This record gives sequence, structure tokens and C-alpha cells, in this order.
Amino acid sequence: MSYFLDISQVSKTFHTDSGSFEALRDVDLKINQGEFVTIIGHSGCGKSTVLNLVAGLLEVTTGGVILENKEINDPGPDRAVVFQNHALMPWLSVYDNVGLAVKAVFKHTKTKQEMKDWILHNLALVNMTHAKDKMPHEISGGMKQRVGIARALAMQPKVLLMDEPFGALDALTRAQLQDSTMDIHRELGTTVIMITHDVDEAVLLSDRIVMMTNGPAATVGQIVDVNLDRPRHRLELAENTQFNHCRRMVLDFLYAAHSKPAESTEECATDISTATDQSEAA
Amino acid sequence: MIALNAAQIRTSGQRIPKFLAKGILPALGLSLFLLMWHALAGSITTSLGQFPGPAQVWEQSQSLYVEHGEQRAKAARFYERQDKRNAKKLEKNPDAVIKQRAYTGTPTFLDQIVTSLYTVLFGFALASIIAIPLGIACGLSNRFYEAINPIIQILKPVSPLAWLPLVTMVVSAVYVTDNPMFEKSFITSAVTVALCCIWPTVINTTVGVGGIDRDLVDVGRVIKLPALTNVTRIVLPSSIPMIFTGLRLSLATGWMVLIAAEMLAQNPGLGKFIWDEFQNGSSNSLSRIMVAVITIGLIGFLLDRLMLSLQRRVSWDKQAVLR
Repeated sequence: MSYFLDISQVSKTFHTDSGSFEALRDVDLKINQGEFVTIIGHSGCGKSTVLNLVAGLLEVTTGGVILENKEINDPGPDRAVVFQNHALMPWLSVYDNVGLAVKAVFKHTKTKQEMKDWILHNLALVNMTHAKDKMPHEISGGMKQRVGIARALAMQPKVLLMDEPFGALDALTRAQLQDSTMDIHRELGTTVIMITHDVDEAVLLSDRIVMMTNGPAATVGQIVDVNLDRPRHRLELAENTQFNHCRRMVLDFLYAAHSKPAESTEECATDISTATDQSEAA
Repeated sequence: MIALNAAQIRTSGQRIPKFLAKGILPALGLSLFLLMWHALAGSITTSLGQFPGPAQVWEQSQSLYVEHGEQRAKAARFYERQDKRNAKKLEKNPDAVIKQRAYTGTPTFLDQIVTSLYTVLFGFALASIIAIPLGIACGLSNRFYEAINPIIQILKPVSPLAWLPLVTMVVSAVYVTDNPMFEKSFITSAVTVALCCIWPTVINTTVGVGGIDRDLVDVGRVIKLPALTNVTRIVLPSSIPMIFTGLRLSLATGWMVLIAAEMLAQNPGLGKFIWDEFQNGSSNSLSRIMVAVITIGLIGFLLDRLMLSLQRRVSWDKQAVLR
């Protein structure tokens, strides 16, 4: 049977001057339309690489990523990315940041007025209409990330890719944005893949949690289904046995079965960042 | 005890009002410099007389200004006479062909400053038009950079004096028109300036473009911005600070190169002024050259400030501290 998004036997090896580094080996993951999937694992090895492969920002070494029966070879707005550090253009206002994407994506399909309405609609979706004329440096980190999400949503993506989107935010802001993300997911039914290192966040938001083994040659270790009714409320869930069970399973995986080897992971993290730089520079 | 002293010094430092502290130190430095200059100048005797001190230089700067006024007055009288003559001619014969001759007096010091500015800006503009696109291409494509980098590295350290004979000959050979818009000496000087001041902009633009935040580049890839839009909307704004660093270095280089180029190409600017004064060898020559030296310094400083305020206007980052 064919899936909406099929990450099929994907391996990724980075080639650098100092040798090659196998980041991923045989990653296999099928995702249904409308599903909210988080990928969790120890920092450094592999998670973001999976996301970048789906985004098309990196190319697979072997295997393939297939979205609606089409193989992904390059980046495109149907797989919008929310970056960890918002990646807003500091020289464009909030409105123009979203506008840059809208004007590029809907150049031939929307009129000027339609684009304008669409930009405002997406800003309203993340409650940022009031700050539409502000510059990125004038708004808080959480607000920047809201704009980042609005920009991604405005591309009307088939899959929304979120790369540790709330990692750099304080706990309260993070909770607010998690709630907003759930609301938006419920409203739009977008398929979401989100990278996180926060166990509670993963359980709260996801339909499925994909846990990755440590690199090098990281792969999918285990998948946990989160069978909790939506809408979910964080306060009610704190006492929920199913919630705590899922949470327990993820913690067991991360800290018992695949606890982070203290030093080698650090090395691996630097390896991968230099590898990415070089492969992109070439 | 030491910590206490440090704290005391800091508070006593704050007691001097800011504007005084800001003005007082430069003024002190400047007066010390003038004193030393004055003392040293008295002890240097050249074949053209004593080396000029601040007083003589000030005197000559005034006399250069007076000469400028005299030349202008002469020119005005010349045109007045010419107009009268022409009017008379027309009275006698309405169909007479009238000749309008331009005044051909020697250019004054102020004229020469204008010529120099005009030349350096022309050369600088020429260099920038080539350097910025070249730098962007180098920054965007590693392959292009690797192909072109050896050429940049080899041409970069070449002195303007080495280029000048070549440029002179090429300009004489190529720039042949009956009714030249520009003097050959002007073209030669400007092209030499351009050849020397292109490199800082190329190199800094390359570094600026190469150093764009990878996430921003990825945003451009995800939304599939066309190449040209990518350059105007993402690449240029984010490398503006480095481009301006390059442009400022280039303009400073160009201004330095210009003086040498004008001396040899005989472009009627400040370089030629210095050369002519040196050849003249009158008792005032050294003072007059010194006036030119100070003028060159002041204009170089003003040009840099001009670029800085231009950067302030163009840059999106109004918070950035520019220096």
C-alpha cells in the first residue's frame, strides 16, 4: 500500500576531507495524511538530517523520500520548514517576511489582493496581526517563532516540517506555542513532522513518537503510538495514565536503552555540523 | 585597596562633562602636533628654503584661495568682453557667425580639487559596478570563486604606478574620437583608480555573501525564489554591511591611488598640482604642497564619512554601531 509520505530505507553519508561519516542508516518511516509525528532522540545525531532530507535541503545517499507517490529531490514550498532560530529576514517587517514567501509561492495563482488577504489570514492564525508592521528585532523570541510558523503555513504545505521549533524559548512561551500548534493542526489538518528533544512536548502533541537510536548510523529505534483524544489539555493530561505511560516509554528508550554515550556524542555533533557545511558549500 | 582606587578613578572620570571630554582630547592632541611641527620645521632647511611650519601653510592656503578669486574675476571679465564683442558684431550684421570661446586660464587650486573628486568618484563608480556583482558571484558559487581567486590575489597587490603606463597606452589607442567628452588624462587616471580600488570591494562582498546565515539561504530554497529575486531580497540585504566595508576601503585606496595617477597622467587635479609645484621650485612651493597634503587628508576623511552616512541610509540595521 502507498503512504502519504514514505521515508523508505534512507541512508545518509556525509563526505568530508577527513573521511566520510554515516549519519543515518536504513531509516524507514511511513506517515499518513494529517498525522502529527515527532522525532525524538539525543542531540546531535540524525534527527535534523531526517527533516532536511524530507525538506529536500539535503540529498539522500541511498533510499528515497516519496511524497504522494513522487520522489523528493529538491526543496519546495509543499514541504515548508519552521526553523529552530525562526530564520526571519531581519530587514523585512513581520508582514513582509510572510509576504516574501507568499509572493514567491503564489506568484501565478493569486491576485495582489488575494495575496494580501492570505498573508493577513496566516498572521491572524498565529495571533500576530497586531505586530504585522514590526521588525523582527522589535518582537520577542516567541513572537518571532509565531511568524516563522505563519510563513510556513502560508505556503500551504502538504507537510509542515518543524525543526526543534520551541527549543530556544522559555517554558511559558513554549507552552503557549504548543497549544497554538495543536489548535492550528486541528483546524487545518496539516501533516506535521516535528523534531524535539522534549519528552512532554512529544507526548502532548503527537499521534506517533519516533525515537531514534544514537549515531553514527542512527536509525528508527522504536515508535510509540499516542492514543489520546484531541483536543488535549496539558493540565488534564498530567494525571492521565495513558499520557504517563507514553511518557514513561519514551524516557525508558532515551535514558535506559539508548542513553547517551557521554563523549562520543559530542564529537559526533561537531562532525555532522562540519559535514553539512562542507557538503553544502560544494 | 586597589579596587577602591579603581572605583574612585572611574567616578572622577565621570565628572568631566561629556562634550568637554570629547572636544578637549582631540584639541589637545592637535595643538601638540602643531607645536611639534612648528619646532621641527624650523630645523629643516631644504634647497627650496626652510620647511614650512603651520603659519606659512596657513598663509599659502589663504593665498591659494585669493588666487582662485582672481582667476574667477579674470574669467568673468573675459566673458564680458566676449559678449560685448559679439553683441557689436550682431549689431553690424545680424547674420554674422558668432564664436563662443571658453576661458583658458590656469585651473586654480579649487578647480583642481573638483577635478580630483570628479575623477576619483568616476573611477570608484566604475570599480564598484564591476566589483559588487563579481563579489556576489564569488560568494554564491564556490566553483566560480576558486576559478577566479588566483587572478584576484595576483592583481590585488599591483601598484598603480605599474598599471599606469599600460593604461595610458591602451587609452590612447582605444579612446579615439573627434569630439572627446573626456580628456584622455582623465580616463587614464580614473581607470587606474578603478583597477586598484576594485579589490577590497570584491573580497569583502565575497566574504559577506559567503557568510549569509544558512537558514536564510534555506528559506530562499524552500520558497524557490528565482535567482535574481534571491539576490535582491536575501543576498544583498544581508551582505550590505560587508559590501560597505569593502566600498569604504576601496574609496580610501582609490583616493590614495588618484594622487599618484594624476601626477603621471597629468590629469589637472591635486596630483598634478603637487607635481607642478615641485617642478616650480619657488620659495612658496613646499608650503603650497603642504596645503595640498592637508586638503587630501581632509577630503579622504570626508569621503569616508560620506560613505558611512550612505551606509546608514541604505542599511536595514539601524541599531548597528558604524565606525
